[in-house]
Amino acid sequence: MVTIRAQGLSVRLGRHPAVNGIDLYLEPGQLVGIIGPNGAGKSTLIRAMLGLIKRENGSVLIDGTDSAHMTRRAMARRIAYLPQGQTLHWPLAVERLVALGRMPHLGPLSRLSVEDEALIDAALARADALHLKGRVATELSGGERARVLLARALAVGAPALIADEPLAALDPGHQIDVMDLLKAEAQAGSLVVTVLHDLGMAARYCDRLVLMDRGSLVADGAALDVLTEASLASVYGISARIDASGKWPLILPMGRVKS
Amino acid sequence: MSIRRHPLLIPALILLMLIAALGSVTLGAVPLSPARILAVLTGGGDDVARAILIDLRLPRMLLGLIVGAMLGLSGAALQGYLRNPLAEPSVLGASNAAALGAVCALYFGLAQMHPLALPALAITTSLIGIGALFLLAGPAESPLTLILAGIAIATLSGAGISLSLNLSPNPFAAMEIMSWLMGSLENRAYSHVWIALPCVAVGAALLIADGRTLDALTLGEDGAQALGIDLRRARLRLMLGVAIGVGGAVAVSGAIGFVGLIVPHLVRPLTDRSPSAILLPSMLGGAVLLTLADIGVRLIPTSSELKLGVLTALLGVPVFLIHLMRERRLW
Repeated sequence: MVTIRAQGLSVRLGRHPAVNGIDLYLEPGQLVGIIGPNGAGKSTLIRAMLGLIKRENGSVLIDGTDSAHMTRRAMARRIAYLPQGQTLHWPLAVERLVALGRMPHLGPLSRLSVEDEALIDAALARADALHLKGRVATELSGGERARVLLARALAVGAPALIADEPLAALDPGHQIDVMDLLKAEAQAGSLVVTVLHDLGMAARYCDRLVLMDRGSLVADGAALDVLTEASLASVYGISARIDASGKWPLILPMGRVKS
Repeated sequence: MSIRRHPLLIPALILLMLIAALGSVTLGAVPLSPARILAVLTGGGDDVARAILIDLRLPRMLLGLIVGAMLGLSGAALQGYLRNPLAEPSVLGASNAAALGAVCALYFGLAQMHPLALPALAITTSLIGIGALFLLAGPAESPLTLILAGIAIATLSGAGISLSLNLSPNPFAAMEIMSWLMGSLENRAYSHVWIALPCVAVGAALLIADGRTLDALTLGEDGAQALGIDLRRARLRLMLGVAIGVGGAVAVSGAIGFVGLIVPHLVRPLTDRSPSAILLPSMLGGAVLLTLADIGVRLIPTSSELKLGVLTALLGVPVFLIHLMRERRLW
């Protein structure tokens, strides 16, 4: 179980204010979707919460402890992070790549234990990638790669997972698989935060949506409270058909609105 | 493509190293019969053979192993850290910067004042070179900016070496410039071994301990930090390791290029390709390669002995060419 609280979080990228005084409290057991147009500051917000980027203002509390006083290793054990569009710099075997996820738990010179190996296999299995174990990660298809990288994040075994655009490059079937997996993680008690561009997926799966625009948080709550015709028009500049009659809400972008 | 380390890689490299070391002691410009060599090795032998073996060839062999090991290891570590298969101490200017420090110490008389002045200055300038490199290349560390920054530092240091030798009263300046920029193990003594060995031991220890950090960097800087790696400290250890090790090595041999480039490329296909897995094999392989190259320059019949860097450059260029062909998808 882990909680993350951002208080008055602001980040500047160069001169450009990328994140503007954001307050956010994230609780375990929820799948939280962060949505917003390109350049809204979603990834920057995530990176600031993880301490990967210099904060201009504000603080981040992890389980009530100021993250500025936590070591990187302690952070890494609490929160697993799947960066956006992860590039792999060496042609590692899938097994070796996923094993990197155990790094926050390893002593300075220790090797992977039997327990670690089991967790690696379990993570691969959950991401439906166990059959790829012996392959070379850089030779996989986009979808296979995305699942292997997700397995890498799962292998950390942290109580929180932050995934930046995990659906990019996935076909609809695998998109559903990944969302099912994230949902299952949340239902098992983890805190799962994910940046999404597919509003339909966001509305269908997320327990809570956080809508960002130009560095600020503009709406926060259940899918149908956040995704309204008015908010979609003002934030995304689109008109959309919103159908709340079915089992889950359907969001269908229709066209541009003139602002 | 192999995904596991070849089980015989390390034993084979150790065996090759022993063979190269033996070759380095037994082969040379003056042919010695096996009987005379054996006599010296068993404690007897004539004075000439004894002088050649113990005072000339043995320190040279030791230096070949020590310097080669450091160059191979630092190439592997830099490639892992920078996630760039073209990284190497001489390509990045660290070797030339160290050579500049060594030249300054020698030709402005500092080395005579204190025996530690030479390695200390070489290490300092090497550290400045690497620090400047990381500053110039910026956080993105794209291959292009890195290589450009490396060329700038190498060129500036090379110019500095030429200038200080030009200004020195030494009439053999041109020869000296060459020997510092291309490297040589000719006429080295035990005093050189005692300069290089401690520096290389410290540098190698700093680099080889950071294998896990290099592995984590496969996922990029954000990915590594999210796995609990303190990148600022890792960068400091790497810079110090390369500067101390390469500084100490270059202080006795001059800037020998390409060893750190070639060796990781040769051993990588025999490992699981993770940056940590090539560290130790690159260290052993560097020792083998440089010792063999040093035997080569002694045996190739030329009017004056070839510079070691000439031979390693000849071996290094094909590695660049293979990369070029892969980039252009000709391979």
